[in-house]
Amino acid sequence: MARIELHDITHSYLRRPKKESDYALKGIDDTWEDGGAYALLGPSGCGKTTLLNIISGLLKPTSGRILYDGKDVSVLTPEKRNIAQVFQFPVLYDTMTVFGNLAFPLQNRGVSNDDIRRRVHEVAEILDLTGVINKRAAGLTADLKQKVSLGRGLVRADVAAILFDEPLTVIDPHLKWHLRRKLKEIHEQLKITLIYVTHDQIEALTFADQVAIMVEGEIVQIGTPQDLFENPAHTFVGYFIGSPGMNFLECTLEGDTARVDGAVIPLDEATAALGRETKGRLEIGIRPMYLDVRSDPGEAGVEVTVQMIEDQGSYRIVTLMLGGHILRAKVPEGKPVSEGTAWVHFPKQWIRLFADGRVVT
Amino acid sequence: MDKWQDNKAWFLVLPVFVIVAFSALIPLMTVVNYSVQDIFGPGEAVFVGTEWFKEMLANKRLHDALLRQFLFSGLVLLIEIPLGILIALAMPKKGWGVSTSLVILALPLLIPWNVIGTIWIIFTRPDIGLFGVGINSLHLLEVPFDHTATPLYAWITVMLMEVWHWTPLVALLAYAGLRAIPEAYYQAARIDGASPWATFWYIQLPKMRGVLTIAVLLRWMDSFLIYAEPFVLTGGGPGNSTTFLSIYLVKIALLQFDLGPGAAFSLIYFLIVLLFSFIFYQVLQRVGKGEKG
Repeated sequence: MARIELHDITHSYLRRPKKESDYALKGIDDTWEDGGAYALLGPSGCGKTTLLNIISGLLKPTSGRILYDGKDVSVLTPEKRNIAQVFQFPVLYDTMTVFGNLAFPLQNRGVSNDDIRRRVHEVAEILDLTGVINKRAAGLTADLKQKVSLGRGLVRADVAAILFDEPLTVIDPHLKWHLRRKLKEIHEQLKITLIYVTHDQIEALTFADQVAIMVEGEIVQIGTPQDLFENPAHTFVGYFIGSPGMNFLECTLEGDTARVDGAVIPLDEATAALGRETKGRLEIGIRPMYLDVRSDPGEAGVEVTVQMIEDQGSYRIVTLMLGGHILRAKVPEGKPVSEGTAWVHFPKQWIRLFADGRVVT
Repeated sequence: MDKWQDNKAWFLVLPVFVIVAFSALIPLMTVVNYSVQDIFGPGEAVFVGTEWFKEMLANKRLHDALLRQFLFSGLVLLIEIPLGILIALAMPKKGWGVSTSLVILALPLLIPWNVIGTIWIIFTRPDIGLFGVGINSLHLLEVPFDHTATPLYAWITVMLMEVWHWTPLVALLAYAGLRAIPEAYYQAARIDGASPWATFWYIQLPKMRGVLTIAVLLRWMDSFLIYAEPFVLTGGGPGNSTTFLSIYLVKIALLQFDLGPGAAFSLIYFLIVLLFSFIFYQVLQRVGKGEKG
């Protein structure tokens, strides 16, 4: 178990990277606390697997240092770093039994047979694999296979961290939930540092205490799921987290109000003051669930056109046009909305102001 | 689902029946026909039952050729399969070396078989051949090397030729099998602290089982049916020391024109190849799978 520090990690798959776009990772600088459950969330190709492989030692970063518990491990092999990794597809030693698979990392490290047997049975117990322990690994179902690959990490009692690279990709939907819960259970029981790479926000948000959002080789925000939802530090986080994502409207500031295509949206004084001091392209952002759609103008209502109403069961997604901008609002069941003209309110406390993509604070 | 009331579907599979009949069944049945008759001339044939089979099975020279053939094919498998795997493991994994080594490996496979025999005759000639002159200039051998001189030298030459000719096929198959192993397996092995030997034994070899099955079957059948190269190189000699089954068969059937015994011989030959291919296939399918999972 270890606290993992990343110091200014960059990585390029080219031998002589020149421009910034040659880099898959552009300066990652973060600390992952001992015993935490982290998720690395981002779209495909954002560099999350690269970062994971650098943490495990499968890849050497172009520059930067990695520390485990304060000790520099940058040049050590994965074996020396004592980490475990679970891959997207179940990686098993097909010719061995489940027992053989679980015992393999210990055998390679010269652990005595008695200890191996004791430890393997302990881990099999935790993972509910006791029933299949003498079966060939090749004949198992995908979810059991993933459990066995996880088990190969857990058998080493002193494992520094277990890294997951989209481990549920090939698992049936109804078993995903079960496996995810099992992972959480194991984390609570063993307090091992877990780092989980995924592009599925639901997976990340339900699994992790802390979620790191990656985009184009950078971590734009690390925070609790709630934090990411309510206080996105970057427009990408707002857009990526939540379904549908945050609404963004390009605006100019005038006093304490934001102007969007002539429409006036009042901001709270502090936000507006900060915005006036900031240079760059300004946008306001608001979550669809906080938009209040009404059939009368009320006070400070902004006139919009309702384009589409999609019923999602317990709520509706309403698509609105504000001038040339599209807005999505989440409207609870039972609240009347009809196509045509409507008025929408922007509650001040939920409006976030962004300059050049980054939140204004 | 309702059953179709007519038998139209048979018309759709008819072409396949016709093609298979003309390409395999009819020629095979002709051989069966010859094997149970004594043919004196066109239209003059006598049914002799299993006489040719009995004669052939009791034939001492056939027994010798069969033993020779088993020894040859056994050696071929024992040398070419491990050697092919070794070459595949040593081949470069990326860069310009990949295509270069693939082309060099494939060269022997592109040469016509009787040309291969000719190449090796010249290569091993004690007067002008690079190999023959080279090995004799070392003065290590009691009897100077000449592939026609002794049965041992003839065998060494035939084996060298066969290994040179066909190991590349095994290497190419094994290489394809190796390249198909996802990177994650190697990464997992590194993380689990597996030694290179353990990585080979638990990952690479099991993952190559499919292609190695094909390699074993191809090399088994091909080497068991070998004809052109030794025929050109040694003509079956010296004596009968390199007379393999097909060389002997051709002697009986075409040179002595004993069609009946030749046909009986062919059928026995065919059944042996089929039987052993089946055995190899079954064994290789079971290996590594062990008990039912």
